[in-house]
Amino acid sequence: MLKDIFITPFVDMVEAPDFLLQVLWEGLVSGILYALIALGFVLIFRSSRIFNFAQGIMVVFAALTLVGLHAMGIPAWICVILTLGVMFVLALSIERVVLRPLVGQPDIILFMATIGITLFLIGLGEIIFGGENKVMITEELGIPTGSLVLEPWGGLLILEQKDITAVIVAGLLVVALLAFLTKTRMGRAIRALGDDHQAALSVGISLQQIWVLVWFIAGIIALVTGIAWGARAGVSFALEVIAYKALPVLMLGGLESITGAIIGGLMIGMLEKLFEIYWGQPLLGGNTETWFAFVLALIVLLFRPQGLFGERIIERV
Amino acid sequence: MLYRTAGQFKTSYQADQALFPVRQDAVLLGLILIFAWLVAPLLASEFAFQTLLIPILIYSLAALGLNLLTGFAGQLSLGTAAFMGVGAYACYKMVTLMPWLNPVVAILMSGAFSAGVGVAFGIPSLRIKGFYLAIATLAAQFFLVWLFEKWGWLYNYNASGAIQVPNLTMFGVYVAGPQASSMVQYYVVLGVVTLLTLVCINLTRGTLGRTWKATRDMDIAAELIGINLMRSKLTAFAVSSYVVGVAGALFVFMWRGAAEPNLFDIPLSFRILFIAIIGGLGSIMGNYLGAILIVGLPVVLGTVPEALGIPISSAMVEHLNVMIVGALIVFFLIIEPHGLARLWALIREKLIIWPFPH
Repeated sequence: MLKDIFITPFVDMVEAPDFLLQVLWEGLVSGILYALIALGFVLIFRSSRIFNFAQGIMVVFAALTLVGLHAMGIPAWICVILTLGVMFVLALSIERVVLRPLVGQPDIILFMATIGITLFLIGLGEIIFGGENKVMITEELGIPTGSLVLEPWGGLLILEQKDITAVIVAGLLVVALLAFLTKTRMGRAIRALGDDHQAALSVGISLQQIWVLVWFIAGIIALVTGIAWGARAGVSFALEVIAYKALPVLMLGGLESITGAIIGGLMIGMLEKLFEIYWGQPLLGGNTETWFAFVLALIVLLFRPQGLFGERIIERV
Repeated sequence: MLYRTAGQFKTSYQADQALFPVRQDAVLLGLILIFAWLVAPLLASEFAFQTLLIPILIYSLAALGLNLLTGFAGQLSLGTAAFMGVGAYACYKMVTLMPWLNPVVAILMSGAFSAGVGVAFGIPSLRIKGFYLAIATLAAQFFLVWLFEKWGWLYNYNASGAIQVPNLTMFGVYVAGPQASSMVQYYVVLGVVTLLTLVCINLTRGTLGRTWKATRDMDIAAELIGINLMRSKLTAFAVSSYVVGVAGALFVFMWRGAAEPNLFDIPLSFRILFIAIIGGLGSIMGNYLGAILIVGLPVVLGTVPEALGIPISSAMVEHLNVMIVGALIVFFLIIEPHGLARLWALIREKLIIWPFPH
């Protein structure tokens, strides 16, 4: 028994390094997607202290809108622009209808409101687009679909080109986002609002504008995530469950940290795959991916209650 | 006029601390209890028992359990459904291992198992707070549901992987299983719910409840005035999980009749959280109002298009339902973030001085 836990998995890893790399690569790709969703959470949490549960459904909604528009015969790139427009309208209406009347309410109320938004969008999405699984318009968007076959140590490693594209695009997105947050006027306003609401308001930063902006950026991230994940697994409401995966990522990385979201996402993506393949399937009957990330994050939190990169929690009476 | 409190003098400290300082409240509650125990069963149809009365009671009990933890002790939990599952599976194991056991006793005992699991998953709350804790309770949610699926012993190695409620009798009457009548089940549920509500009301009014509230309002300050936070938080997890576990056992044994692991998945947790929040965190009565709204609403919405003669498919109705429930949650949060219980409190204030507002 102990041998199965502590020795056999590592022997397997060393004996088939190409398979290990394949597993790590798969983990990395899903980790990137977790990180992207977590990024949407972090942005909104930093600027408004709202724990935005709706990020997952925004991913589904963006992807569905894109596919739905394309099915109406509109060229792919115009669809992307139109979808961005839809996400902007969504951000605007969420701010106007939901958030503005709830300014200053306790965190849990705002959290519940985002769950309300989630339900609303699920219902709306099902009515407009139907519940069946759809195919992401990968080729029309110019994403290569072939695969790259490498042979390290005489083994076999298959990298799908759309996954490579996803990794590159996600990387670019993160860099652009960081640049936006640190270099531009708007970005600095977002961070100021995150640091101290009242101070930011008193120097003339508009809460409402910034909230719309932040939700819109979260919408853009949602669209990118939706395209990347949809290319792998099709577009359906089952996508929403990956939003839950972003939660342990947030815990691990810390609710306020963008770096934390990315590193946490990659760590969780790879570790859960490793655990599933080498420990979960042989010993525990598989499907451990549903809970592994949460338990891992829980253990980390016991030692660092603010996550690996979160702001230190200082409590005063 | 009807709600006037003038003339009701309190002459002792005890009278001032009574459960119902205003006589009309006691009368109102008495009327509701008479309605629930005598009138409703006589009037209700099979449909009303199965879609309204029994689920409302069970959901309010689950919400009450969650409310003890979140509303009174301030520990946000998203794992309610999993603890309900623990109660249901514990009850199932007990009645199959010990068929001679009285089903109601089994249901009440099954809460103890879920209390144990709740304490185990509550331990992180000593270090983790707020949303971090909420996500930590999700670990319980996902891990336990996975366990229900993979641990064959829990469902007696059924081929289907689901638990099926056997026919159970109490004093010669079928109370659970396919043979049981809805009215008997309703009375069992009502009895358990009434009993536990009474216990919970008194717990929250006593020392334990006050410790919980102090912990909720500011845990550091509570610690400074000598409250043992560990005891306070863990008892909250234990009592809350007990109530939730009993609700889970009732949920399967008195209502659903069978359960698969995914029944206890996260949507159920959220449903119960909605009930607790829309009803009002930190109130007992709110859970019942919230459950009536959340359980009753889809039933009402389902009958509206038919009554109006609008032809829409049932799938469409379901989607519309989800959408409307979502919108209503936001709506209720905006008009009264403290829930329906606060709304009732406001109406009551108004009624006390009505019709002379000065």
